[in-house]
Amino acid sequence: MPKLKINGTEVEVPQGTSIIQAAEQIGVEIPRFCYHDKLSVPANCRMCLVEVKGGPPKPVASCAMACAEGMEIETESPMVHRARKSVMEFLLINHPLDCPICDQGGECDLQDQAVGYGYDRSRYTEDKRAVKDKYLGPLVKTVMTRCIQCTRCIRFGEEIAGVDALGLLNRGEDVEIGTYVEKAVASELSGNLIDVCPVGALTSKPYAFHARPWELKKTETIDVMDGVGSNIRIDSRGREVMRILPRLNEEVNEEWISDKARFSYDGLARRRLDRPWIKNAQTGKLEQASWEDAFNLIADKMKQTKPFDMAALVGNQVDMESVQALKTFMNNAGCNNLECRVDGGHFDATNASGYLFNGGIDSLETADAVLLIGTNPRIEAAMINARIFKGYRDHGTKVALIGESCDLNYPYEHLGDKPSDIETLMKSRSGFAKVMKEGGNVQVILGAGATQRKDGAALQKTAMELASKFGAGYNMLHLTAGRVGALTLGFTKTPNPLNFQSKSFVYLMGVDTPIINQIDKKAFVVYQGHHGDAGAHRADVILPGCAYTEKDALYMNTEGRLQQARKAVSAPGEAQEDWKIISLLAKTCGHDLGYRSIFDVRKSMIGLPPLGERLRPDMQAVAFDDKIGAAKFSLSLENFYQTCPITRASDTMEACVTAFVNKTKRIKAA
Amino acid sequence: MLADKDRIFTNLYGFSSFTLKDAQKRGDWKDTGKIVKKGREWVIDEMKKSGLRGRGGAGFPTGLKWSFMPKDSGKPHYLVINADESEPGTCKDREILRHEPHKLIEGALIAAYAMGANAAYIYVRGEFYNEASNLSKAIAEAYKEGLLGKNAAKSGWDFDLYVHRGAGAYICGEETALLNSLEGEKGQPRNKPPFPAMAGLYSCPTTVNNVETIAVVPTILRRGGEWFAGLGSDEKNTGTKLFCISGHVNNPCTVEEEIGIPMKTLINEHAGGVRGGWDNLLAVIPGGSSCPVLPASICDTVRMDFDSLREVRSGLGTAGLIVMDKSTDIVYAIARLSYFYYHESCGQCTPCREGTGWLWRLMQRMVTGNATIEEIDMLLDITTQIEGHTICAHGDASAWPIQGLIRHFRPEMEKRILEYRKNAPSERMVG
Repeated sequence: MPKLKINGTEVEVPQGTSIIQAAEQIGVEIPRFCYHDKLSVPANCRMCLVEVKGGPPKPVASCAMACAEGMEIETESPMVHRARKSVMEFLLINHPLDCPICDQGGECDLQDQAVGYGYDRSRYTEDKRAVKDKYLGPLVKTVMTRCIQCTRCIRFGEEIAGVDALGLLNRGEDVEIGTYVEKAVASELSGNLIDVCPVGALTSKPYAFHARPWELKKTETIDVMDGVGSNIRIDSRGREVMRILPRLNEEVNEEWISDKARFSYDGLARRRLDRPWIKNAQTGKLEQASWEDAFNLIADKMKQTKPFDMAALVGNQVDMESVQALKTFMNNAGCNNLECRVDGGHFDATNASGYLFNGGIDSLETADAVLLIGTNPRIEAAMINARIFKGYRDHGTKVALIGESCDLNYPYEHLGDKPSDIETLMKSRSGFAKVMKEGGNVQVILGAGATQRKDGAALQKTAMELASKFGAGYNMLHLTAGRVGALTLGFTKTPNPLNFQSKSFVYLMGVDTPIINQIDKKAFVVYQGHHGDAGAHRADVILPGCAYTEKDALYMNTEGRLQQARKAVSAPGEAQEDWKIISLLAKTCGHDLGYRSIFDVRKSMIGLPPLGERLRPDMQAVAFDDKIGAAKFSLSLENFYQTCPITRASDTMEACVTAFVNKTKRIKAA
Repeated sequence: MLADKDRIFTNLYGFSSFTLKDAQKRGDWKDTGKIVKKGREWVIDEMKKSGLRGRGGAGFPTGLKWSFMPKDSGKPHYLVINADESEPGTCKDREILRHEPHKLIEGALIAAYAMGANAAYIYVRGEFYNEASNLSKAIAEAYKEGLLGKNAAKSGWDFDLYVHRGAGAYICGEETALLNSLEGEKGQPRNKPPFPAMAGLYSCPTTVNNVETIAVVPTILRRGGEWFAGLGSDEKNTGTKLFCISGHVNNPCTVEEEIGIPMKTLINEHAGGVRGGWDNLLAVIPGGSSCPVLPASICDTVRMDFDSLREVRSGLGTAGLIVMDKSTDIVYAIARLSYFYYHESCGQCTPCREGTGWLWRLMQRMVTGNATIEEIDMLLDITTQIEGHTICAHGDASAWPIQGLIRHFRPEMEKRILEYRKNAPSERMVG
């Protein structure tokens, strides 16, 4: 633990801490461009130069210099200020003066630091450099003349996203960032390039020229596009979501988010349900209706239907309050036919340790070995895949896969594609079994490719046995944001999926999966949700609800971490918060659920961890007897970009499908 | 003047062949095994005694550098020999590779042993085709005779030597850029610390030495460090050195001479004097292009060693003298060097990437005089903004020639500006 002095203040830091980090600890800010907490240190921008007293008579790069005992650092001396002013002048001589038309304006590191260290006029009278813009796909816009060659984007690609798409071409004054051969950056994390870029060279294509940062309302919330529950910040103006940015949470998404979380927001403004609809019995067409009529119709139908003949299903992105309200409402009506595994999931839902990502996402970072069963984490949970990649990059995590082979950005051993290969591995003593046996931190991840099978529960049992045999952590990876919350609230009964096919009254809350095609043709279907997607097409009554950006709500991610989404914008038209809809409907039916505010709903949910913490159930074996099947595993998702009504309504996601998914398909076909 | 008996490079001009047979006749590979068997401490001590300073330009004491290699790091150690000789005005390593490769190979074995390395790489400049060819032939001979490989030269030390040819980038002569290039990465200098002795090639302890430094090692050890220390001007500037004299002299040459020889003697005795006589001398760049230029008045008396040249605010560098007589357009000459540094900047760090281009463009205007007097001060200011702020010494190297020019030839620059203004008054009156 070296002790050193920075500007006269003594600070003690762990061995290996750089000066810039030590300075940050005591609140001394050192300007920087190329340095980034999560990336390697090239020390090439030279903005963070500081003076080390008693050292060589020139400033040193504080990001690359480790603290040593007895160092005396000056960050505000004349030598340092001269160095910073020099570097700033050099950066600006070839930087265009286009701040007024640059999307980075107002949140640009170069702009901010030029205020502190720039000259008030330029001494540079020669010609300025211009660099050709690059095409990086439908998400990232480039204005390469603005680039200051800090290489953060290159390092992000290599070290976090795991794709070597970008590089530094040419040399000297002619260096430029590029892909060499023009191509889109095929990474599900490419949007983070926009965040790491300290200037306006890489900006968001969909957000281009739409807003200025100072006019936006910033709401800290969470993402529901996958099971990870990435922490995000929604920037909105009026009733419109303008953009989505990541928020730091070391345990979940660090400071990155997937492209789906970042760019699907335009889907929030399209195909929205903004008023109740009732299907005309004669014409079979939906007609606009009032809330009162819709509620009365549903109440009538429920009165006519026997409780055992009713069923309620909650979909992929439904928040916990809505689930709780619907469950209480249905139970009050005497019905207990509830199901939340609307993607065909088939596993023991009574045993929390059997359906959670027990090890936690951050444990993957230090894992010695990871076994994937029936999953492609790169598509199913991009942030979790980024953690596995981080482990692989930092200390060579060994990865093996049982399931359909897929394109992961780290090497993996393919142990087979049949369920019986899990049993073979269990019996084996060599190869990957040995790696698992000898590894300290080993994680088994069971994916939807396994749990959505008919023998899912048996596979769940086998995977848990395998994990306990090798002393490994057992993790189930859910694809959706609402599932774990609904499971925890008990919105399902048995390992076997609910038989809703024969019911004559079906209440769908945000269900848009292909499962709705199995509903009896004559059944009366209520759809409560926010998008006019598959569910709404089947519905007899539509009740417009709120999307995740429009309500305060709790979600539980795949690790069982309880997180809160906050209202960023108002819902369109007559749409209401979902728990309110249920509460009002209950009143029409003659029940009082007792909910006066959302806090009443939350009070009725028991057994939840504190906000931000995870559920940590004791590991229990699955008590369920079934045989695993012989069929090969297949992947449950192929299209990363379109997995929910919001993403299906998004033009940006559609453009991504055209650029990435269809292209891959064409290549595969050829 | 160096006596013939004290010459190390006896075949510098290739009067005899470079082959092993002829090299052995000249005394190479004599008792190499026995030297090695005297032990690591002895070799390093003897090198320290000799006072040999690195011949690549920086002049760091070689014995001291070798002693920085960790004793037992648990990792393989490497010796890397820098044969990427690209400094304008320098052509000494080329002669060694061409005509005396066995001195280098023998030196590599001894040096590698002294730092505990079982493998060494020679990074040869891409343009040196014939030189790499001779070197490879010599290495093949040495392997055949058991001088390299297992129990090399019966020293009990296993040693392999590899030749790697660069692709012709000047910056790859910077030691850490060279290591990057050797590893197959882009040739960009690394941050120091960690220094190569701690984490160099493949993150293992590495020492990078110049060709000439390594090639003189066997002779020093055979004749004793004290012999070498007895040559030269003082105890800090010892031994002999290859001087490359080019430019406006009657007989441009590379010659081995004692360090500390007066520049005037060196030029007059070996290079046949300045074209048109000593009085026709305008200036000399004493140590390869990056060293500041010296005007004739200083050249009259200055001695060619590290410290004397530092006193006159230049440097010995690689000892490549570029002699310029009074027909030289000195501003243009330095502007040409500015272009060289602009062209060879790796582009990694800001001051050098942006600054070298600016310097070159300003220098172009200085050549014609299309500038203002104030811009001379600005030019000087920019050079100091680059100097000392970069990852490697390329930034410094681009700044020094211009600083030297302004220091000694400012009147010439001002004269041009005034003349340009007189002839073209409408253009660019004020900056």
